Order: sequence, then structure tokens, then C-alpha cells
Amino acid sequence: MSSLPLVSPAALGRPVAVVASTWRTLVFKRLSAMPKLAGVTPASRLDVRPAPQTVPSGVREIDTLTGGLPRGCLTEICGPASSGRTSVLLAALSAATRRQEVCALVDISDAFSPHSAAAAGVNFEKMLWVRCGEIKQKADSPQRHTDTEKKNGKIEKPVEQALRVTDLLLQSGGFGLVIIDLGDTPLKMARRIPLTSWFRFQRAVEHTATVLFVVSQVPSARTCASLLLKVSGTKLSALSCQLSAETSPAHAQLLNGLQVQGELLRSRLERKPSGSVTTAFITKVG
Amino acid sequence: MNQYFACIFVPDFPVEALLRAEPKLRSQSLAVLEGKAPLQKVFAVNENARRAGVDPGMSKLQIEPCAGMVLRARSLPQEAAAHAALLDCAQSFSPRVEARGCDTIVLDLAGLQPLFGALPKIARALSRRASDLGLETNVAVAGTPDTAALAARGFSGVTVIPEGKEAEQLGSLPVEVLLGNSTQESGQLLETFSRWGIRKLRDLAALPHLALSERLGQAGIHLQKLACGATSRTLVPVEPVLIFEEVIELEYPLLLLEPLAFLLGRLLEQLCARLAARALATQELRLCLELENGWQTEDLSTNNGATGVLARPGQSRLFQRTLRLPVPLLDSRTFLKLLQLDLKAHPPGAPIVKIRLAAEPVRPRAAQNGLFLPPSPEPEKLELTLARIAGIVGEDKVGSLELLDTHRPGGFRMQRFAPSEPFSPRRHRDTERDDSDDLVTALRIFRPPVDVAVTMQDGKPAYINCPKNKEMQGEILWVAGPWRSSGDWWEQEAWARDEWDIAVQGEASIALYRLVRDRLGGRWILEGMYD
Repeated sequence: MSSLPLVSPAALGRPVAVVASTWRTLVFKRLSAMPKLAGVTPASRLDVRPAPQTVPSGVREIDTLTGGLPRGCLTEICGPASSGRTSVLLAALSAATRRQEVCALVDISDAFSPHSAAAAGVNFEKMLWVRCGEIKQKADSPQRHTDTEKKNGKIEKPVEQALRVTDLLLQSGGFGLVIIDLGDTPLKMARRIPLTSWFRFQRAVEHTATVLFVVSQVPSARTCASLLLKVSGTKLSALSCQLSAETSPAHAQLLNGLQVQGELLRSRLERKPSGSVTTAFITKVG
Repeated sequence: MNQYFACIFVPDFPVEALLRAEPKLRSQSLAVLEGKAPLQKVFAVNENARRAGVDPGMSKLQIEPCAGMVLRARSLPQEAAAHAALLDCAQSFSPRVEARGCDTIVLDLAGLQPLFGALPKIARALSRRASDLGLETNVAVAGTPDTAALAARGFSGVTVIPEGKEAEQLGSLPVEVLLGNSTQESGQLLETFSRWGIRKLRDLAALPHLALSERLGQAGIHLQKLACGATSRTLVPVEPVLIFEEVIELEYPLLLLEPLAFLLGRLLEQLCARLAARALATQELRLCLELENGWQTEDLSTNNGATGVLARPGQSRLFQRTLRLPVPLLDSRTFLKLLQLDLKAHPPGAPIVKIRLAAEPVRPRAAQNGLFLPPSPEPEKLELTLARIAGIVGEDKVGSLELLDTHRPGGFRMQRFAPSEPFSPRRHRDTERDDSDDLVTALRIFRPPVDVAVTMQDGKPAYINCPKNKEMQGEILWVAGPWRSSGDWWEQEAWARDEWDIAVQGEASIALYRLVRDRLGGRWILEGMYD
């Protein structure tokens, strides 16, 4: 390697204007000769990342809006209570198990309803259900948790359990769909999940066939989510539309279903900004 | 084609049986003791101890002054396991195997040459496989079983005796090789040979046939035929017994799980090597720990396939764990990790003095996933992942679920997660059909249910109050119900309830709940939320 001096021309006592171009050439030559920079590809030659493969979410309207759930990416769906998030979750789960994929549900609030899932057509043989929460201890067990331990935070909280479980599931590999259900988690706790965890999850599923699906009240994964969909809750004006006539007695009324409004907040699958595109669909009581 | 036989002989068999469990002692002087204290005597020694002047028959007191001498008590279970391993080694090559004592195995090599190559290659492969099973052996190949056995006892390493060269090659061996058992009769014969000045087998072979017969009878003739390699007999094959069990008897009680894992790892490696020698795998591991002190009985059954029993003092002092796997596996590291996680969740609770590990043999998985089948987790990784998750959330909170045939709310149970093999993919149009018309309104269950106070108006709930959660209280905007159901009235756990679907104005939107009145207890609960 040539040993070119990296000394300012001004310091050598020559006129700056005369030697400026020569100096720049020398610096570039020297930099390009450095071994650490030899393998760096210029930005202009970087290839465009191929679009991820997508799979149906089980909801035709959402597939039309988003193109489906991207494999190897983190998809987040958020919305308030009774907004239809869990119905979308079950639809995605049902579609994945119909494709013979092995799925995992990390249920932080232990809120999964087996009968709803059965009505949605979920194949339980293909679904691993992880119910987070305090581990039951026997009454005479010497390892029974004390109040002091609980106060000191020695007992793992459901969110922490869920993060560890998700890590294990993603590292294990082979799952077609991994769902983290933060639907009933208090906002304060959901916001405390460090961004590094979401980055880790995103990196773990990258270049794999796994769809990482997060259900929450507010966007939690932030920039790590490749697809962010917001479903909005039922308005009072719409309530009468989805119920049977109010004039009939209570025992004659039925909850027909939910009218769900979906809004695409972020999609990294397309180069152009997604903007605010909405869709609507109706779920039925099974 | 000439018939050939191979013999596998383990010199100092009791020592080798112990060295399988403690291979680090191989470089040290080791003496195996037998008998009750204080009258223990040396039963067997390894080569280092022999060079140090220790011989079988010496008392413990005589050899204790020897520096660096390691003393171990004779372990019959470990010898039985070593013999079983030796049989596995031989039967992995040929089905016709004869056991001539614990330390000597003879096998028929008929038809093996097209499979394994030439005779020296087969002999080396036998030696290598025995070494994989933790046994240092002598292997000899000859035209008759007795010649092969003599050569294996006399020559170290691998020996191949071609046809017609038996007398020449066996001639250099000492006469003691012929009379291995130290019985009184063999002692007398040795003394006789010594008086005649016969030291080697070639000397015995050179004796006149008739004169030998006159002096020693048929026994002498038989010995001379053996020395010439001229005997002929039929092999007596043993029935293969598929028992895979390894045992370690500990000198000192083990208190910690870490050294226990170290020993378990060694046992598992030996078990897996034995199973692999027979082209088998296992789906069930049984661990039995003998404890120094007894403990209380505890039901350790779990839904992940592991069960355990801890015995009462006075009955027995055994701690047993059974690990059942959904698919046949043969990976000692996976087994070790699973056992570690299981023992961490269910510690034995007392010092361990003996470890017994058994594997139930099954045929290995012969499934190969198709190119176009959806991905699924590897069974080994999945088992480890499930065990680790069970350690985090609890064993009863991970698995797949099974709906029970009942109308009782919450009628399901958790079971072991074992996804079935993906079947041949149907056309994508079938599997990816749109189901928007069949979208189901999901219910999120509150576990445990939320107790609420309900104000009734005109026989309908009009206002709910939830002291613990203010989001779940307020005026009921809409109500549907009640839907009355009951069941199990013929049993003690009878249930009867009225269900209402209600809409309550939340902070951001309207929330739809399922409100339940327990008609037997009279309390109101929020069972879940429609979402």
C-alpha cells in the first residue's frame, strides 16, 4: 500500500486553490486503499430489497387494503375495546391453520376464548397457546411467592413472560404465525416494552416464513412494524345498525355482530406512502 | 466361501465397566475392590495399576499405600450395562452373536463382507464401535469361534488370522490364554504344563497326540486342538434383548443439579450410542434416582408428558421421572436439556447416591418433509422450546387445547402440544379461500371473571358498577337477553346462569360485554368482552 501523506496542503506552505483538486484526489485514493472500506458497496449500487411474500389474513377487505400479511415482518393491529381486533386475530389464526402452518399465540391477559376460535374454524392441533400469568404454586410448597417478593418485582410479570416466550418461539423457528396479544394489557405496561425487544423480534423473523402479529390497544412496536392497521371502535350511531330493532323486548334482541372500520396507518411493503386508506367489514356472532 | 468369526474381548472387564462412567480415570491407576469392609480384596486392576505392582487378590490394606491409586467398589449393574453395550455393538453387525461370559462376544461374519468390506475393515469397525460405546476391546477374526476367542484374549488390538495360519499365529501365545478361568482344575493343568516345560501354545501343539491323551485324557486333546486352531463347533446365538439401561453408583452423594447433569450427559451419550448401534431411537426416558434420605410422596404428573413419583421414607428411596416425547428422538443433548429443565422444575430434594436411566426403544422417524409442505418446527427444537416455556409460565399453561363435550362455560382442557405432520398441500385456492362472510365476532374472556354490581330496571340491567375497573361501569346503552342455561344438575358441580349482552359507553367507544348472573350463587359477573 502506498504511503500518501494526509497533511493539509496549507500546512505545507503551498497555495490552497492550486493544490485543492490534487489534495481531494489524494484523499479519495487513500480512503479507497483502506482495507476496512474496500468491501463497502456504494449506496448507488445497493439492490432494492425484494417485497416480502404475503399470506391472506382471513379478511378479504384487509387483504384488499394491505395485500395480505407479510412473511418475515412484524404486523401490528391496534384498536380500543370491542373494535374487532380479536376477530381479525381469529381470522388470521384460522387462515394460517387451514394452510397447515403451525401457529403460536402468546396470550398475555389469558383472554383467548376457545369456543370463539372453534367457531372461527381454528385447528387447535396446529395452535400452541401460551397463557401468561402468575405460576400457580402449591399451598405447602416452600417456593410459594410471598407478598414481599411480589412487591420487590421478583415475580415475573405477564408482559415479561410474554417477551421471553416470544423470543424462544422465534428462535425455535418453523412457526407460520406467531401472535402476541397485548389487547387487554394496560397502556402503561405496553408502552414500557423496550423498543429493543421489538427490534430483536423483527430481526428474528426477518428472512423467515414467520408472520409476527401483534394485537394491541395503541401502536406499541412503533417503527418496527412493517404493517400497522388500526381498527376503530363502535360508534353509538352505528350501534343500532348492527343490532336488531330496539323496540323489541330484550330477550328478542340479538347481537348480530360488529361493524369494524379498518385504517392502514403504515405499510413498508410499498415504496409510496400508504396514507390513510380505510375499509370496513362486519363480523358475525358465531 | 470360507466361514469367519470375530471375537470381541474386553480385557479387565470390571475395570472397563467402571471406566465407561468415569473415562477420566483411564489414565490413572485403578483397582476394583470386592467384598465387605474391612476384608475387601482387589478384584480387577487396569494396566497402570498392574505396572505399579497391584494384582488381583491383594487386600485393600496392601494397596492403600500406593500413591495415586484410585479405588472403586465393584458395580454389578454397571457390568451388566457394559455387557449389554457389548452385545449391542456385536448385534449391530450380525444377528448371530454368542456371549461367552461377560467380557467375550463371538459373532458370525457370514455375509458381512459385501456390506462392510474386507475382514480387517470389519474388525476395525467393530473395535471403533465398541470404543464409541466406551469400551476398549481386543478384536480378532479367525476361521473358528474358539480360535477367534483365543486370539482376542492373547493379542491386543485388532488381529486377523487367515485360514491355515492358525497354529502359526497362535503359537506365540502363553498357555495361560487357554485356561482363562482360575479354577482348581485349570490350576492343576497349568502346573502340569509348567512341569513339562510347556510355556507357549506351539509347545503344546507339538506334543505327541497319543502320549498327551494317555496323560491328560480328552481334556488334553481338546486343549491341543485349541492350540492348533483345529476345533470346530456350532455357534450358539443369544436372543437379542432390547433393554437400554445405564446405571451409575456414586461414591459420594450428589447435592447439586449441575454435577448431576454432567453424569446424566454421560449416561445419555452411552444410551444414544447403544440405540444408534441398533438403528433405534427413543420416545420415553425413565430416570430413577436413589436418594440418601427418604422424602414425602408427591404427585408430579404434568401435562407435558413428564411424570414423577417421590416415595415415602420407609417404603423406598427412589425418585422417578418419566419423560415422554411426541416423536422418536436420538439426540443426547436434547435429552439432557429436557431432563435438566424437568429436574429444575421438580428437584429431587435429597442427596442422590445412584442414577439409573433407561430408554424405551422405538423405530426412528422415517418421515421426510415435502418440498412444498408448509414449514413446521423441528421436533427436537420444539420439545426444548416447550420445556423452556413451561419453565417460564408453568407447565399447565402451555400446550394445545381440546374442547370438552359439555355446555359448561370454559369447557376445555390443555394438552400436550404435538402438531401433526402437515399433509399434502391442497390447491392454494382451496386453502386460501376468503372467509369474510364467515368472520366470527370473538369474545375475550376475563380470567378470572369481573364481579360487578347491577341495577335492574323493568327486569333488565340498567346500570353496572365495577369497583375494581372504572372503565367497565356506567349506564347500559343496550341490552339483549337473558339467555338461560344450566347443566350438570345431577352432579355436585351444578351450574345455572342467565347471560346478557350489554353495551356500555367506554372512554373512546362503545364496549360490548357479556354479563352473566349466576342463578345458584346470585352474583353478577362480566364474563368477557366482544371484540
